[in-house]
Amino acid sequence: MFSEFLQYLFTGITIGATYALIALGFTLIYNASHVINFAQGEFLMIGGMATVSLTAMGVPMLLAIVLAVVLAGLLGIALQRLAIAPAKNADVVTLIIITIGASIFIRGLAQLVWGKQYHVMPNFSSDQPIEIFGAVLNSQSLWVLGVGAVLVAVLVYFFTRTLTGKAILATSMNKDAARLVGIRTQVVLMLAFMVSALLGSVAGIVVAPITFTSYDIGIILGLKGFVAAAIGGLGSGMGAVVGGLALGVVEAMAAGYLSSDYKDAVAFSMILLVLFFMPRGLFGAKIVERV
Amino acid sequence: MMARLSQFRLRGLVFLAIVVFALPLFLSNPFHYGLATQIALIAGAVVGLNLLVGFAGQISLGHAGFFGLGAYFSAIMTGTYGWSAIPALVVGAVVVAIIAWVVGRPILRLKGHYLSMATLAVGFIIAIILNNEREITGGPDGMPVPPFDVFGWELSAFGQYSLFGMDISGDLAWYLFAGVVLLVAVWLAQNLIDSPIGRALRSVHGSEVAASVVGVNTAKYKSLVFVISAVYASVMGALYGHFQGFITPSVASFDFSILLITMVVLGGMGSTIGVIIGAVVLELLPQVLADFQEMEMVLFGLILMLTMIFMPKGLLPTAANFLTKRRSKSAGGDA
Amino acid sequence: MFNKITRRASKFAAVAAAGLLAMSVQAADPIRIGSFLSVTGPASFLGDPELKTLEMYVEKINNEGGVLGRQLELVHYDDAGNASKARNFASRLIRSDRVDIIVGGSTTGATMAAAPMVEQAQIPFISLAGAVVITTPVKKWVFKTPQSDRMAAERILNDMKSRGFTKVGLISGTGGFGSSGREQTLQVAKELGGIEIVADETYGGSDTDMTAQLTNIRGAEGVQTILNFGFGQGPAIVTRNYAQLGIELPFYQSHGVASDGFLDLAGSSAEGLRLPASPLLVPESLPASDPQKPVVEAYKSEYEAHWDAKVSTFGAYAYDGLMLAVEAIEKAGSTDKAAVRDALESIQGHVGVTGTFNMSADDHNGLKADSFRILEVQDGGWKLIN
Repeated sequence: MFSEFLQYLFTGITIGATYALIALGFTLIYNASHVINFAQGEFLMIGGMATVSLTAMGVPMLLAIVLAVVLAGLLGIALQRLAIAPAKNADVVTLIIITIGASIFIRGLAQLVWGKQYHVMPNFSSDQPIEIFGAVLNSQSLWVLGVGAVLVAVLVYFFTRTLTGKAILATSMNKDAARLVGIRTQVVLMLAFMVSALLGSVAGIVVAPITFTSYDIGIILGLKGFVAAAIGGLGSGMGAVVGGLALGVVEAMAAGYLSSDYKDAVAFSMILLVLFFMPRGLFGAKIVERV
Repeated sequence: MMARLSQFRLRGLVFLAIVVFALPLFLSNPFHYGLATQIALIAGAVVGLNLLVGFAGQISLGHAGFFGLGAYFSAIMTGTYGWSAIPALVVGAVVVAIIAWVVGRPILRLKGHYLSMATLAVGFIIAIILNNEREITGGPDGMPVPPFDVFGWELSAFGQYSLFGMDISGDLAWYLFAGVVLLVAVWLAQNLIDSPIGRALRSVHGSEVAASVVGVNTAKYKSLVFVISAVYASVMGALYGHFQGFITPSVASFDFSILLITMVVLGGMGSTIGVIIGAVVLELLPQVLADFQEMEMVLFGLILMLTMIFMPKGLLPTAANFLTKRRSKSAGGDA
Repeated sequence: MFNKITRRASKFAAVAAAGLLAMSVQAADPIRIGSFLSVTGPASFLGDPELKTLEMYVEKINNEGGVLGRQLELVHYDDAGNASKARNFASRLIRSDRVDIIVGGSTTGATMAAAPMVEQAQIPFISLAGAVVITTPVKKWVFKTPQSDRMAAERILNDMKSRGFTKVGLISGTGGFGSSGREQTLQVAKELGGIEIVADETYGGSDTDMTAQLTNIRGAEGVQTILNFGFGQGPAIVTRNYAQLGIELPFYQSHGVASDGFLDLAGSSAEGLRLPASPLLVPESLPASDPQKPVVEAYKSEYEAHWDAKVSTFGAYAYDGLMLAVEAIEKAGSTDKAAVRDALESIQGHVGVTGTFNMSADDHNGLKADSFRILEVQDGGWKLIN
């Protein structure tokens, strides 16, 4: 009984950590530019696929990871410079459609370059699952949680202690004021996208041994990340993490205790419930609207 | 100003009517009729979505759910229970209206991206139910849909009919039917926009706080437009099912919801004719790109991005702006 | 990986060059073979190898002189797993491209959506999808090459019974293949008698972890063996989770994973599992007297050499579809649709990769459950058991 509960919990936390990392990426970009980046999932995909193809070509694993992450970062910058910036003051919906177009474009490129097959990535450490009180945990899950925690810590430090981080926050609060104080908002926006892409690609790499990787793996994971970010409250880093973990755990519990057929429906219903009682998500900031 | 707007609207409707009825002169291939019929029905749904997104400014990422519900309700009632098509369609629309009203009231209190999120969730829940309930809906493999019938007279894409003495194939008959339905849909939408309800909606879009300060019951109007747009989707979905003869849960999928929203934004939010153009472009583009095989996805994404970057207001408004600028230039406008 | 890019680029150039060449050469009217496949999207696991197979063998047949002295021309579209698109493309193939025969329809949904159009246009259509509903009841113009999912269920459940298992835990994907496979399994179990499905779990097409479902199945009362019905990466994840959880029960997969690609993904966790499959994966184990041996070996080596990728059961469906079409056209002596259809229906003893086809007026599939062999994974490779 207890071991079953623990098993569902482990499953939920592992996948939840993935959602949390993607949600953080959404939050970062949203904070900097109020754009919902539907191409966020593709950064995940690039991280995993690039690493796999580089290692297949003989590049050592660590170097492949670094290169893949750099590639994703460049892609993030390119996305901001070539797709978002030129759209200037377009409607929110228009920007969303642009990012959707970008995600289709990136996926199309990935499919051309890497084909449509699924690829496997070996576990970072041992293949032996770890047993805890009758439930098993994939050693890679510990990596996901560990890397996730480190990234969150780094982000917190970045935003609260470094000047660049604070500059990003300032830009998100009031672009014009930030510019007046001497912050180069263009650079800041590029930076936000780049960091978000780095985040997404690292998440993709660390999760790939569990989920396999292919050109279209970004779609659903990206979507779930967006859902997690919204539950947690857009713009709140803490919210993204909590939202992601909550979503993962609810899914696993629903699959285990209710119906595996309807586990996603249960998760989505939970979202509706959360939003019903907390219209700005769990940790969402109160927005002051100028009338 | 109001008179000028309605002038535009009438022109738009007339223009559309001319296009609809003149098209058969240029098309001859039943494949093209089939495509045009499909475009007309989806455009009808998009016209409804435009009321919600373009005029009331509420973003729905789950609209395909209502489309799918309408399609499946009709399919099940006419197929499994032997109902006639029109009662099934009407009752389906009523059921969807009720669902939209019940679901809409709490959801529409949300703002911005949270609203989109909630509509996304609703759309997904509908799609999941349609996919899982295999005994009723045929599951992911889909179910056949009987042809549309009016008092026993069947309209099937495979039939042969005669109109005013001329021989008309089922494809052409369906096309004309769908064209007329679209024209009616546009006419109703335009009347709604010009009515007090439409003005209330636009005030809500402009500034919800201001609108409520002036005494507009924002909640009621948002709910109303949500229900109306859902009914539009439901009716079009039902007709779509009858036309295709077969439906699968993909008619309620997230991908389709995104496609519908993209049509609205691409064509021009708030412009009834514009969104129809958006529907035409996004349905024809895959057909055109089909010859590019592997490059299809890359090109589609690229075209979408470039169009939205350089024409952020959408195709029709940008074109209209361009034309009016030219006109004022040649008329010697200022500086 | 770069090979693929250069190959695609040169294919592009070759097509362009061929186009120019075709314009200058006065060629005899080609035989047009139409196809709509799920090359991208959730069913790309099916459509991708199917397209590769069709392209490759149309080229090969043309190089060997074509059919009835005419060249074959393949007109294909990607329906991305969407049945509505499939219907549109079927319409386009029939009315716009005016093809002579259609070999396509990767999924049941796509096939069923296009079927009414095919029946009305009276054009022979060989489907590559497996649900039993495609050919039962028989539609005059619709044929199919895969065995039905019902046959797979029969084969699996009978094998289970022969090993003494009576309680089965079922886990399936919620997509068309998995869902239909699940339904057939439940039905067949009821009809066979003496075997019971004691757990029934599902997972979504993009799910990344099935330990919750497997935990439930493991806990089911008296469960003796587990069956997973699905294709793509889902079953590979299920297999890995199954090994991770340390479940010792015998494990069965469906023919949806009959490919070396699955072994790559599942790795050592696949050891010991059984599945029904065509002999495509074990041509060496076939006795020299088996008529399928040369056909299967040829397809496997040619495909793998040409595409530098592993064969899959789904590609083989396309191979059989194309070969049946070619045989029917040759038998009919023309591309007259009615004649080809009649010829198709009368094909007997056609040795294909999936099995030996014996078509008839009430059997438009031509295969029996015994065309499935039972394979087991041993030492990371496939072993023919039965």
